[in-house]
Amino acid sequence: MITSARVFFVGGLTSYRALFTWLSPWILIPTFIVTPLFQVLFFAYIGRDAGVADDRFFVIGNAVQYVAIPCLFAMGNTIGNERRQQTLGLLLVTPARRIPLFLGRSLPVIANGVAVSVVALVAGAALLRVHVALATVPPLLLCVVVASFSCTGLGLVTAALALRVRETAVLVNIVFGILLIFCGVNVPLASLPGWMRSVAGWLPLTHSIAAGRRASVGAGFSALGGDLGREALLGLGFVVLGLLLLAYFERESRQRATLEVF
Amino acid sequence: MKTLRLLAVTWWLQVKIRSRSAFDGLLSLLWPLFFATTIFLLYRAGHQAPGALLSAAVGASAMGIWSATSTTASAALQNERQQGTLELLVAAPTPLPLLFVPITLSMATVGVYSLITTLLWGRFVFGISLHVHAPLLFALSVLVIVVGIGMFGFLLAVASVRYRSSWALGAGIELPVWFICGFLIPLSQLPGWVRPISWLLAPTWGMTAVRHSALGGSVAPALLACLGLTAAYAVIGTLVTGRIVDAARTRATLALT
Repeated sequence: MITSARVFFVGGLTSYRALFTWLSPWILIPTFIVTPLFQVLFFAYIGRDAGVADDRFFVIGNAVQYVAIPCLFAMGNTIGNERRQQTLGLLLVTPARRIPLFLGRSLPVIANGVAVSVVALVAGAALLRVHVALATVPPLLLCVVVASFSCTGLGLVTAALALRVRETAVLVNIVFGILLIFCGVNVPLASLPGWMRSVAGWLPLTHSIAAGRRASVGAGFSALGGDLGREALLGLGFVVLGLLLLAYFERESRQRATLEVF
Repeated sequence: MKTLRLLAVTWWLQVKIRSRSAFDGLLSLLWPLFFATTIFLLYRAGHQAPGALLSAAVGASAMGIWSATSTTASAALQNERQQGTLELLVAAPTPLPLLFVPITLSMATVGVYSLITTLLWGRFVFGISLHVHAPLLFALSVLVIVVGIGMFGFLLAVASVRYRSSWALGAGIELPVWFICGFLIPLSQLPGWVRPISWLLAPTWGMTAVRHSALGGSVAPALLACLGLTAAYAVIGTLVTGRIVDAARTRATLALT
C-alpha cells in the first residue's frame, strides 16, 4: 500500500517534472499562458463580429477548454516520451503496480489543467471586462476541476494510443481540435447539427463548459450537480478505458516486441 | 542566376521533404480546418452580413499558411542542429541565409495545401459561394503572402536559434498573429495600440491584399507594403544570422543542443 502510494505521488511528480524538461521553465509561458489567452480573445472578437453571443460565453468556453492542452499533451507525452527516450521498457519491467503508476502521473496534470484554465479565465475576463462575481468563483472552480479530471481521463486514452502511434503530438492536436468544434466551446450546442450534439454529449468538457457558463451567472452547486455528475462519470469512464487500453497495448507490445519500435 | 537556381532547388527539395509524412501532412490540413470549421459554424449561427462567410472563408484559409510556418520555422534550426547538419550548412561556401530562406519558404508553401483545402471545405460542406472578385490578383496575393510569411518565418528561425525549446515560441505566437494580422478580425476592431504592431507584420498586408482581391478593393498598396516588409525581414534576418554564427563560432556552441 505504502509502495503504491509512493509510486503514485513521487513517481507521478517526477514524471511530470521530466515532462517539461524543467531546465527551461520559460517554455510554460507561451504554451500555458499566451496561447490560451489569445484563443479567448480571438474567438471573443470573432463572436462579436458574427453576433453569436457575449464575451462571457467565449471567456468561459475557451478557458475551460484549455484544460485540454496540459491534460491531453502531458498524459500522451508521459508514455510517448518514455518510449522515445527508450526508458519505457525499464519502467514496465519494474514490479510497480500499473494503476498507481499511471494514475499517479495524472494528478499533477489535473492540477496543471486547472491552473492553465484559471489563468485564462482571470486574464481573459480582465481584458474583455467580463465581470465575474466573487460568489460565483467556487462553483466555477469546481467546474474547471471536474473538466480537468475528465479531460485527463481522455488523456489517459491518448497515452495508451501513444504505445501504438509515432507522433503523439499530432494525435493530441487532432483530439484537441475535435473538442474545440464539438463541445460547445464557441458555437452554442443548440446551433450545432443534431449528430454533432449527440457526439458532444459523450465527450469531456461539454457538460463542464455548460455548467461553467451557468455558474458564472450565479448558479449554485446544487444547480450544477447534473452536468458535473455526468462530466465526472464520463471522466471516470475514460480513465477505466485508458487503463484497459494501456494494459492491452502493453501486452501486445511485449508479444510483438514493438514496445520501443517506431 | 546561380543564386536563383540554388533557392529554387533547395526550396523544391524542402517542399518534397515536408510532403513525405502523411501523418504530419494530415495535421497541417486538419489543424487550421478545425478552427475554420468553428468559424464557419459561428458565422452560420450568427447574424451574418452579406459576404461575411466568404470573407471568413478567405481569412480562415490563409490562417493555414501561418500555421504551417510558425512552429516549424521557429524549431527549424534546432532541428538542423539536433540532426547534426547545422555545422555542415554553416561550413558550406554558400551564404547561410540563402540556405535558410528556402527552408522557411517551403513551410509557407506547404500551407497553400491548407488554403485550398479550407476553401473547398467551405464550398462543399458549408455551401459558401467562392466568387472571387479578381482571380489573377488573388493568385498573386497568395504568392506574395506565402513569400511574406516564409520570410517572417526566416526571421523567427534565426532569432530563436539559441533556444532549445524554440518550438514553444513558435506555437505561442500562432494565435497572436492570427489575432492581430487581420486574418479574420478587422484591424479597426482591435485596440488602437495594437495596430502599429500589426502594420509592422508582413502577413497583415498580405492578408489585406488577399481579402481585397477576393472581395473587391485596392490591392496594389497592400502588395507593395507586404513586399517591402518582406525585403526588410530579409535584410534583418541576414544581419542576425551573421551575428549568431559569429557568436556560436567564438563560443564553440554551434553543435550544442
